[in-house]
Formats: sequence, structure tokens, C-alpha cells
Amino acid sequence: MSLRSPLGQARGLGSAKDGVGHWWLQRLTALALIPLSLWFVYSLVRFPLTDYETMVAWIKAPLVAVALVLFFAAAFLHAALGVQVVIEDYVGGEGKKLLSIVIAKFVLYALGVASIFAVLKIAFGA
Amino acid sequence: MSAKPTVPGKSASRPLSPFMIGPYYRPQLTSMLSITHRLTGISLALGTIFVAIWVTAAASGAEAYAVFSSYAHSIVGYLLLVAYSWALLYHLCNGIRHLFWDTGRGFELKAAYASGKAVIAASVLLTILVWVAALAA
Repeated sequence: MSLRSPLGQARGLGSAKDGVGHWWLQRLTALALIPLSLWFVYSLVRFPLTDYETMVAWIKAPLVAVALVLFFAAAFLHAALGVQVVIEDYVGGEGKKLLSIVIAKFVLYALGVASIFAVLKIAFGA
Repeated sequence: MSAKPTVPGKSASRPLSPFMIGPYYRPQLTSMLSITHRLTGISLALGTIFVAIWVTAAASGAEAYAVFSSYAHSIVGYLLLVAYSWALLYHLCNGIRHLFWDTGRGFELKAAYASGKAVIAASVLLTILVWVAALAA
């Protein structure tokens, strides 16, 4: 016998109110990051990206720009989700915990948007 | 043991579980790899600031990029890059191990130790491979 109400069971959200949303997104981004990060490391090794012209030419290739945007989106989302869990586990006190999560998310999302914007700016030829 | 009655809106002062690693719990390969996964994850998250600076410098023009490049080519820059590449490759290898565990397999003691040792070997070998290839290019 389940102690859950039929409505609770149908929604499947549990006490955290978002169900397995966090868990699932963490896995989904992890799965995406396997090929994306392997490609990213390969590219860093393959091209002498410390040279400005090479770097810009590399990002201007449409497939590279799309892959970089996907990589940054997945990586920063994955980082934000992971850092949240570590904060929840180790930061005591609800106020401090909440503040830490808000700061971590703001900083990581800002860095993520900055990175993606930089890629698009180069790709669209500024 | 008498539990204090809870006041709505206030959490009860229940006993907390102690931090086990240390005097109560002998460190072992599996638990060390687990905490290393978290430490590399946090390091990678902190390091994203350099990733953002790197692409933003490229978007800002040749001059800004040359400044970034000169920092990246310093001794400290190389040390950070080597550490960051290992952290990424370790988190990647151990992350695959975690995804495999999510399928409900590989939890037997022998399997967990074997996959753990494979992760250490793979992350170190891949890091060496990456740097040999990078410096040869």
C-alpha cells in the first residue's frame, strides 16, 4: 500500500516539489558533456588556439560555433546543478545556504551567458 | 532521549550525523574517489571563470587575446592548465562510472574497486596523452 495520495502519486513531485527534475537534468547534461568535452579537449590540442587568427577562424566555422554554444550551455548548467548539491550538503543554516545557492547560480549563469555571447559575437563576425 | 516539541516554522534540534571520514571511518579507495569527484567538480566550476575570460578576450580583439595568451603561457598558466585538464578528464571518466551506476549495475565490491582503479588510470593516461599531443603540435 502506498502512503501517497493518488494526486501526489500522479504528480510524482515529492517533498522537494520538483520531483526528479534536478536529478534528471544533471544526468542529461552529463551525458551531453561526454562527447562535447572530448571534442573540446581534442580541439584545444589539435589547433594552436593561443594564436588569435586561428582562434577566431576556428569559432567562425558554423559547426564549431554551434558545438561551443551547446558545450557551454550544458557545462554551465551542469556546474550550477552540481555546485547547488554541494552547497546543500555542506553549508549549514537555511539563510546562508539559500544565499550561497543564489550567488553561485547568478555567477555561473552570468559566466555562461558571457561565454556564449562571446562565441556568437565572433561567429557573426564582429 | 527527549525530543523537543517542534514549533511551526522552527526546525527541531535533532542530532546530526557526524562527518564520518576520519576518526570513525577509514578512508578507502571508493570514498576517496567519491570526494575527489566533488572536489574536481567544484574546481571545474571555479575554473569556468578562466574559460569565460578566454572566449571574451577573443571576442574583444587581437590585443586582449594576446594579453590572455601571455598569461596562459606563463608557468602558473601551464600549471593551472595541467591541473584543469586532469580535473576535467577525471570528472569525465568518473562521471561515466556514475552514469553506469545509475543503470543499477557495478555496485559489487570487486566491480566498484576495479572501475575506480580504471578511472584513476584512464584520467592520468589521458592527461599525459593530451599534453604530449599539445606540446608536440
